[in-house]
Amino acid sequence: MNHYLPREAQIVARTEESPNTFSLHLQLTDAAPYSFAPGQFNMLYLYGSGEVPISIVSGSAEDGVLVHTIRALGRITKGLSALRVGDRIGLRGPYGRGWPMRAAEEHDLIIVTGGLGCAPAVSIIHHVLMHRERYGHLSILQGVKHTDDLIWREQYDAWAGLPDVEVLLAADVAEPGWRGHVGLVTALFDQLSLRAGQTVAMLCGPELMMRAAAQDLHERGLAADAIHLSMERNMQCAVGHCGHCQFGGHFVCRDGPVFAWPQVRELLGVRGF
Amino acid sequence: MDDNGFLPRQALQTLLDVLRRQGYRTIGPVVQDSVVQYRDIDATDQLPSGWTDDQAPGRYRLTHVDSPRCFAWATGAQALKPHLFHAREVLWSARRDDTGRLAFSEQEPDVRRLAVIGARACDLAALNLQDRHFLHTINDPYYAAKRQGLFVVAVHCAYPADTCFCASTGDGPRAKQGFDLALSELDDGFIVEIGSERGRAIAAQLPLLATTGEQVREATDAITEAANRQFRQLPSTHLRDTLFSRLQHPRWDDVAARCLACGNCTSVCPTCFCHAEHDDVELGGTASRHLREWDSCFSEGHGHLHGFNVRPNTHHRYRQWMTHKLGSWHDQYGRSGCVGCGRCITWCPVGIDITEEANAICAGDLPQEGSP
Amino acid sequence: MDKPSIAVHKFSSCDGCQLAFLNAGEDLLKLAGLVDIRHFLEAGVADEYARVDIAFVEGSVSTTDELTRIQRVRGCSRYLVTLGACATAGGLQALRNLDGSNTAWKHAVYAQPGFIHTLDQAEPVSAHVKVDFELWGCPVNGRQVLAAVQQLLFGVAPLEQRDKVCMECKRQHATCVMVTEGRPCLGPVTRTGCGALCPRFGRDCYACFGPAENPNTAALSRRLEGLGLAPADVARRFLFINSHAPAFNEAGRQHYRQGFSDD
Repeated sequence: MNHYLPREAQIVARTEESPNTFSLHLQLTDAAPYSFAPGQFNMLYLYGSGEVPISIVSGSAEDGVLVHTIRALGRITKGLSALRVGDRIGLRGPYGRGWPMRAAEEHDLIIVTGGLGCAPAVSIIHHVLMHRERYGHLSILQGVKHTDDLIWREQYDAWAGLPDVEVLLAADVAEPGWRGHVGLVTALFDQLSLRAGQTVAMLCGPELMMRAAAQDLHERGLAADAIHLSMERNMQCAVGHCGHCQFGGHFVCRDGPVFAWPQVRELLGVRGF
Repeated sequence: MDDNGFLPRQALQTLLDVLRRQGYRTIGPVVQDSVVQYRDIDATDQLPSGWTDDQAPGRYRLTHVDSPRCFAWATGAQALKPHLFHAREVLWSARRDDTGRLAFSEQEPDVRRLAVIGARACDLAALNLQDRHFLHTINDPYYAAKRQGLFVVAVHCAYPADTCFCASTGDGPRAKQGFDLALSELDDGFIVEIGSERGRAIAAQLPLLATTGEQVREATDAITEAANRQFRQLPSTHLRDTLFSRLQHPRWDDVAARCLACGNCTSVCPTCFCHAEHDDVELGGTASRHLREWDSCFSEGHGHLHGFNVRPNTHHRYRQWMTHKLGSWHDQYGRSGCVGCGRCITWCPVGIDITEEANAICAGDLPQEGSP
Repeated sequence: MDKPSIAVHKFSSCDGCQLAFLNAGEDLLKLAGLVDIRHFLEAGVADEYARVDIAFVEGSVSTTDELTRIQRVRGCSRYLVTLGACATAGGLQALRNLDGSNTAWKHAVYAQPGFIHTLDQAEPVSAHVKVDFELWGCPVNGRQVLAAVQQLLFGVAPLEQRDKVCMECKRQHATCVMVTEGRPCLGPVTRTGCGALCPRFGRDCYACFGPAENPNTAALSRRLEGLGLAPADVARRFLFINSHAPAFNEAGRQHYRQGFSDD
């Protein structure tokens, strides 16, 4: 089997999430099966220009539509941002190891996200809400630099209104009228009623945030291997061959992007790796 | 037939002929552009007879001596790697029609059978590591096709360069694994050793004589002496924990001031596997080829990430190269990624020596609070 | 939909980079079918300030007239792409910036210096207007130019090649002329894009594509001196084509001064 060959996908809908963030809702045009686990990613191919790894934010592939939220920063993502409904791109995947959703069943879940690293975590929320009976209390903690960076506000509000779900937001710099915390996302941990042995944490965002959050949660009683985090590195082949995504001995694309904290603790946040 | 035999020098051509009759493209060492390179050959007079090399950090020179020997040199810049993991190759192509529909087609892997004559123990150790990387976890169809058709005639190394340290990594100078046939070169011919059933089938078609005890002794002594002549060595074959405990060592800054971050070391390293992918599109835009090409952890693109670079400067890049090569390879493939071929030392334009750097970083007690 | 339009402008230069288009052969015909060429004097099309999607600019800004012209060109172009060493880094003309005596030279060379309206410095286009993409090289590589055009036609930024020439040399299996012959090659600090053209023909790189990213000019200078180059010769290597590119300017000036203080 050739893992490098994309399949064709068509944009069936497009949503604007912020001035430079958008979501492409994609449908594969062939009939071959496709399934994924929350936390996995696809390689999206912009015709003639190249590929880029994008995590899947949908909860499942049941309706055949795969949602990818993309920030237009680089040459490929900017190119993708110019596409419209009906346009076609290449897609191959899913790749990597996703969140440990099975092992987290029967547990409370704390999801901590920072900056714009929230996309890989959104699939967790969708998955939990689709299978609500399998999981305990769900805490969603989101930190941003500036309140303007917060995307999916309505969605956060909607989630906050659900039973047994709490949403806590933090911003380093807040607009007037901000009701969330001003400061670091880790400061929100004081507001949680943690059942240490019963809780699984899933982190996604800047490495220094994840390092601090993992350490803090561990000190609050969570076992080191109950803390999981999603790493980001340069991924070109997505199958552990091209070497760009290496993080110490790990190929993030294949061995991750989701790791248990002890697997990556040694180099987490160390500049240069 | 025994597992070895003696091939008189004038019968070496028969080996090429037999391989070619079996459908192999025969690749062997030739002197081209002042260096020993592996190229297509069909006659033994193309081999570098009488050529010997003089290597030092940042320096490679060939000299001609009066000797019938064809393998009296250590290593050129490349051996097997470019024949299996191409420096640049097309993976697939995409076409777009007038309505915007895309069609993807796989590049047919190259399945031509290749026989390489002259590979050394270091090359075979590296081949084994490339196999593990490209075949064992997820199969790379392009590497796999070429690998399947590969026939290796190794040569036990009796002429290590000053930059060689395969004895220290445990990979040479005797070829121990991964060959179909192995040769020990003597003045009047070659001891031929069989390493596989395919090798046995080829050897059966050669005019082999029985080896004498004297010949075997001479060949063995030459290999032993080749090991003894090597003076460079790594501090140990397992440096993972030592290196990762010394990420703040001041030597990283010191080497970064000398290093050009040019990627020559990684390009000549027979185990380095990093490659980048990009598109090459036909003007007009109806067809695009998706390629991969050798990349390096010394390049900016290697550490590129959305909006920031993981390894912005040479300090980080050199540290990544060494901690990976001598350190995290152990996590990935159960051994160091260095086979002691010394190419990175010879072909570094400023002559940085990985053994010297590793010894400096790993020696003695951990320095207190180095530079960041 | 209308075809995208392009213009090719000439400033202070030798016209060699424009030849990258003219020498493209079949691809030039193809290009002519894909775009509307509104201005390209070498190809016989003149409409200097026509509004275009992509303007290619060859040459440095060296005269008062060019200063006005580059502003107008920028004003009527959606994307502005510099074509080659002169437009990107000042090119050979910028050599006159080094000793800061433009006026003295003008009077020494020309009988009627009053007719010569040169600026004090010959500068890259980016010193005066915003540049969207830079194509290096003396001259540029035709393949690279066409690849950039195609990406722009797709509406995507061209892929920037900032790696060292050495990377391409090894991919092409060219033999290192520094290691095997001790030639003073600038490949380790020079950006790729040429396809390692000189080393493939046994010649040392003379840095015509300008500085690569993260160039360690100090370490290479020490090596060049080790190969027997006098400081003034090291300076000449760095200052030859891209003397105004900051990394080469700094490395060159350092050795240039040293070279003269040795005299």
